Amino acid sequence: MDWGALHTILGGVNKHSTSIGKIWLTVLFIFRIMILVVAAERVWGDEQQDFVCNTLQPGCRNVCYDHFFPISHIRLWALQLIFVSTPALLVAMHVAYRRHEKKRQFRKGDQKCEYKDIEEIRRQRFRIEGSLWWTYTSSIFFRLIFEAVFMYAFYFMYDGFRMPRLMKCNAWPCPNTVDCFVSRPTEKTVFTIFMIAVSSICILLNVAELCYLLTKFFLRRSKKAGNSKQQPNHENKEETKQNEMNELISDSCQNTVIGFTS
Amino acid sequence: MSWAFLRDLLSGVNKYSTGIGRIWVAVVFMFRLLVYVAAAENIWKHEHDEFECNIKQPGCENACFDHFFPVSHIRLWALQLIMVSTPSLLVVFHVAYRENREKHHNQKLYRNPGKIDGGLLCTYLISLILKTGLEIVFLILFYKLYNGFKIPRLVKCDIKPCPNTVDCYISKPTEKMIFLYFLVATSCLCIILNLSELSYLIFKYFIKCYLKRHVKKQQ
Repeated sequence: MDWGALHTILGGVNKHSTSIGKIWLTVLFIFRIMILVVAAERVWGDEQQDFVCNTLQPGCRNVCYDHFFPISHIRLWALQLIFVSTPALLVAMHVAYRRHEKKRQFRKGDQKCEYKDIEEIRRQRFRIEGSLWWTYTSSIFFRLIFEAVFMYAFYFMYDGFRMPRLMKCNAWPCPNTVDCFVSRPTEKTVFTIFMIAVSSICILLNVAELCYLLTKFFLRRSKKAGNSKQQPNHENKEETKQNEMNELISDSCQNTVIGFTS
Repeated sequence: MSWAFLRDLLSGVNKYSTGIGRIWVAVVFMFRLLVYVAAAENIWKHEHDEFECNIKQPGCENACFDHFFPVSHIRLWALQLIMVSTPSLLVVFHVAYRENREKHHNQKLYRNPGKIDGGLLCTYLISLILKTGLEIVFLILFYKLYNGFKIPRLVKCDIKPCPNTVDCYISKPTEKMIFLYFLVATSCLCIILNLSELSYLIFKYFIKCYLKRHVKKQQ
């Protein structure tokens, strides 16, 4: 059980996302999770062992380390990634529920059901409209909130995003004030700034996706209001054209993501 | 053999669960298993090496560590995850037994072997009660073993061979406490999910019984 399992879970959601959502997922996996696992964990690996204080007093190092790092950067990032990935599960559950309902309809032999077999229902990609739109939009909203909260918690806990070389500590049992030295401060600062930058990019992507969905929603509403006066054939042609365009966009994005995963 | 085995097990259980059961599986995956493997394990990795006592007496640190941490938090956490996921296996076994029976008798005995009714409903309810019970047992164990869910920075130790009383310092106490609270919160969430699923199933069953009786009376 590791980040690979998360990749499997979220990969399923990918099919039903917008193009911006697919880009967000790619950024999440390549520039955040992969960097965390392959690089950042090594940098922070020997944290407390190499945290050295200029004293022989036993216990002083432990206490000073605990005082300056209530929760390690690497753990905060891991929690942030888990919380930020969770809202996508809401979409996955909603899609699974819809599929379940369609399968039930199909099994009952409903005339309204337009699928030829169960496999087609399993492969079908649902459009983001109706209640799925609301679920999808709330998931993006929660993602944004979690990202912002963690960024703020980071900034608040560590007084900015720099890792100092030297920290002065006078927590008991350290006698007077003691100099403590952090291991690899520059490398840690570089990675911190990198992760914060990618977080900001993800926030921007989420905001763009939210605006895109809201625009689509209002356009669809105004089109419906306009089309209710026109003939129904005209509306079907527009819908089929939009469907084809959506399929083309999603297929091209799908190929990019499949290329990355294979 | 690793956590991937538990993950595959729970994915199998997912098929025969109700909606709330699936939410429970998702919570266990994302907020308990993944957090454990990705974050918590590393915090407790070097806990013994980083446990420091203000003394040079050989053996004192070992004795004090053993006195204050009879079973490490992280091991209790792992045991809890395994125990809490296991009752779901009862449901999987029962469904497999049903399918086996159908194959043995070479005829369709059940409308759908995976549907939660009759004996499978009893098994499902028992598994829910066991899950909830085990969660509560482990929470009480944590509370009793460590005097609450706090982890102090300093503990005073006077176990032999330590001469008199000695100051011992625990490593990363704040970080450990944060993750311990996280564990307690997710445990409580899982208990609430299990109890709501239990009430939902019992309520559904009584409504079905009542309707059946009502229809019979009308006939």
